[in-house]
Amino acid sequence: MLPELGHFALVLALVLAGLQAFFGIAGPALGRDRWVAATTSAVAGQFVMVATAVGILVYAFVNFDFSVLYVAENSNSALPLMYRIAALWGAHEGSLLLWIFLLAVWTLAVAIVSRNLPERFAARVLGVLGVLSFGFLLFTLATSDPFRRLIPAAADGHDLNPLLQDPGLAVHPPILYTGYVGLAVAFSFACAAMLEGRMDPNWARWTRPWTTAAWAFLTCGITLGSWWSYYTLGWGGYWEWDPVENASFMPWLVATALIHSLAVTEKRGLFKSWTLLLAILGFSLSLLGTFLVRSGVLVSVHSFAADPSRGRFILAFLGIVIGGALALYAWRAPLLKSNAGFDLLSRESFLLFNNILLVVAAATVLGGTLAPLIGDTMGQTSLSVGPPYFRPTFLLAMVPLLLLLSVGIHAAWKRGRLEVAVKPLVVTLAVAGILGAATVFGFYGGRHALAITGFTIGGWIILSSLLDPIDRLRRHLSLSRAVLGMTLAHIGLAVAVIALTGVESYTSERDIALGRGESAHVGDYDFRLMGTQELEGPNYSATRATVDVSRAGRMITTLYPEVRQFWVQQQTRKIAGIYNLHGTDLFIALGDNLGAGRWSLRAQIRPLITLLWLGPLFMALGGALALSDRRYRLERAAARAGVAGTAHGEAQ
Amino acid sequence: MTPQRRKRLYLVLGIVVGVGAAAALALSAFRQNVTFYFIPTQVAAGAVHGDQSFRLGGMVSKGSVQRAAGSLQVRFVLTDFKHDVPVTYTGVLPDLFREGQGVIAHGHLGANGVFDADEVLAKHDEKYMPPKIAGTAPPTAAMQGGG
Repeated sequence: MLPELGHFALVLALVLAGLQAFFGIAGPALGRDRWVAATTSAVAGQFVMVATAVGILVYAFVNFDFSVLYVAENSNSALPLMYRIAALWGAHEGSLLLWIFLLAVWTLAVAIVSRNLPERFAARVLGVLGVLSFGFLLFTLATSDPFRRLIPAAADGHDLNPLLQDPGLAVHPPILYTGYVGLAVAFSFACAAMLEGRMDPNWARWTRPWTTAAWAFLTCGITLGSWWSYYTLGWGGYWEWDPVENASFMPWLVATALIHSLAVTEKRGLFKSWTLLLAILGFSLSLLGTFLVRSGVLVSVHSFAADPSRGRFILAFLGIVIGGALALYAWRAPLLKSNAGFDLLSRESFLLFNNILLVVAAATVLGGTLAPLIGDTMGQTSLSVGPPYFRPTFLLAMVPLLLLLSVGIHAAWKRGRLEVAVKPLVVTLAVAGILGAATVFGFYGGRHALAITGFTIGGWIILSSLLDPIDRLRRHLSLSRAVLGMTLAHIGLAVAVIALTGVESYTSERDIALGRGESAHVGDYDFRLMGTQELEGPNYSATRATVDVSRAGRMITTLYPEVRQFWVQQQTRKIAGIYNLHGTDLFIALGDNLGAGRWSLRAQIRPLITLLWLGPLFMALGGALALSDRRYRLERAAARAGVAGTAHGEAQ
Repeated sequence: MTPQRRKRLYLVLGIVVGVGAAAALALSAFRQNVTFYFIPTQVAAGAVHGDQSFRLGGMVSKGSVQRAAGSLQVRFVLTDFKHDVPVTYTGVLPDLFREGQGVIAHGHLGANGVFDADEVLAKHDEKYMPPKIAGTAPPTAAMQGGG
């Protein structure tokens, strides 16, 4: 009975999303204030219905209701509670429901926070969000109902894919999806402005926190995914330029461009139509990502099973949403011209370069991701585009971006007066160069030009980002959270650059075959297999190896890599043994029993990899800090006090 | 032309040149660095030229996995149910590698017709089949994909 109620809740949510779209868009257009007022009720109703459906599916998972097909396919009576809940997003139907739920959460948040916005504008934003909810709910009900019954009920479930039975995966999809879906808010703000045909002077300030929040979640989600594939999937690979990874990375690049272009629109009223276009592109790319992942059109290690009818539906929805938004843009964007000028060396033009380079980077990634698809439709042979293409083209856009970053943050708005900043910039560059060269020659050894360049660029960004905050502190000036957040995010980027440089330049990796007591030399370290033993977990049996790691005869640690054999799906999953030594990972994974008492193992030494997770974390924290800036709080406080949102925070 | 406009013209010209150069470089990187994807039938039909490396997709033939005891070297046969290609690989195989499973190998074809793989990928969805093979597979295998 409950699953049928869940299905019914989704149908009601569909109806309410339709009403939300209709009231939100038609109300302001026709000047019906009662329709405008009804939009919020539809939002609340839709949220309750979607939450009910999610609750019912979780209940079915927790209570082993194998008469629900989705539960039977993705759970098992031996599956621990945590993974029974995480199994909700373990396959297609449930992850779509998660997507819809998160969209409902964002929509509700917009409805609550936007009470201080002009009523008709807020209704339009919610209306556009309603269109998106409607499309996804229709998609779920038409092609991917998670509540489909299995009659007669299965005696036991088929179990969750073992690769997904991992704490990292329990949190990765929800956080990534929160970011993906969050871009829908920026998209809706852009569409609402275009529907109005004018951009409120405060538009950028309303849109910015939502975009920053979505961007911060996206940053965390991508990093968690990378970390998860590092220790679970990829044998130590943290980024393979896989289509599904690219699908999450392209919206991130465009969202990064968007938060920078929003800064110009907020401060100077410039780049208006460009900002709108980026908001449309960002969400379009997250829809495209969904299409690529769900339809199975691309060869990817992450793809769910292919289903042409789903692919066609998403493609049609993609066409309607992107086509509609772009048509609206073509029609209305010319109304939103801005007429102020700026100098070549002003902050505006540096942010313009930032935007161009980020969009070019996203375009090269998009080209490489779609090329196999285009090759497939055009000719007989299939192409496969991998790291050899992505690495150089991506670096081509990133190196100028990183170099311009250090300079650009010292450029003033409007007028280019870089003369005062030249000396500190040259000094910091020299210091960074010396430190970079010293690290390479003195610490890692060898003459590695790329490594010196990478360390120097990273060091320069850190030092030059700190100039302004230190100067302000010394003069006892206040530092806004927005500036601190920006500085932290830029330092995070630099930390990631330094980490990537170290990992890419100095990783040692070897596949080895070891018998008990035998050892192999990898990098500066010796890995000795001490023995193996059999273990049993709740739903798997495992082989665990004991590996001693030493350096120059001195014992460092003992690692326990495991191979788990899951009973139901008869799949194996490897759990690597990882020891972190001052930011360097000593990594060992157990492979197969080779016979004759020997095992295959993969050993890796990855220097600086810890920083690769810390860098993006700093970026996301920087975003969160900027979000909590005084001007946004002032605006909300003013709204609570009943004053229309006219409060102006500090501009700098 | 006012100085303002001239400045803007330079800016636009600079951007066009920059983006053009980036596009040209990206295209050349693309031309040099794409790899082809073939299935055994295409290999049998002579689609592979010379020593080029490419990706080979297929199902691991049942009973074909052989290994010299204690060695990292493994041999198996990839099939699309019409043609077979023998494969050798030295290293650790991925988690989902097993007989009857779809995999993709990267490497090149030796003169003896054996594919020498330097990388083997298996999919993390057990319903997965390499592209183009789904249509040619025998009914039992196709059934597994239908759930």
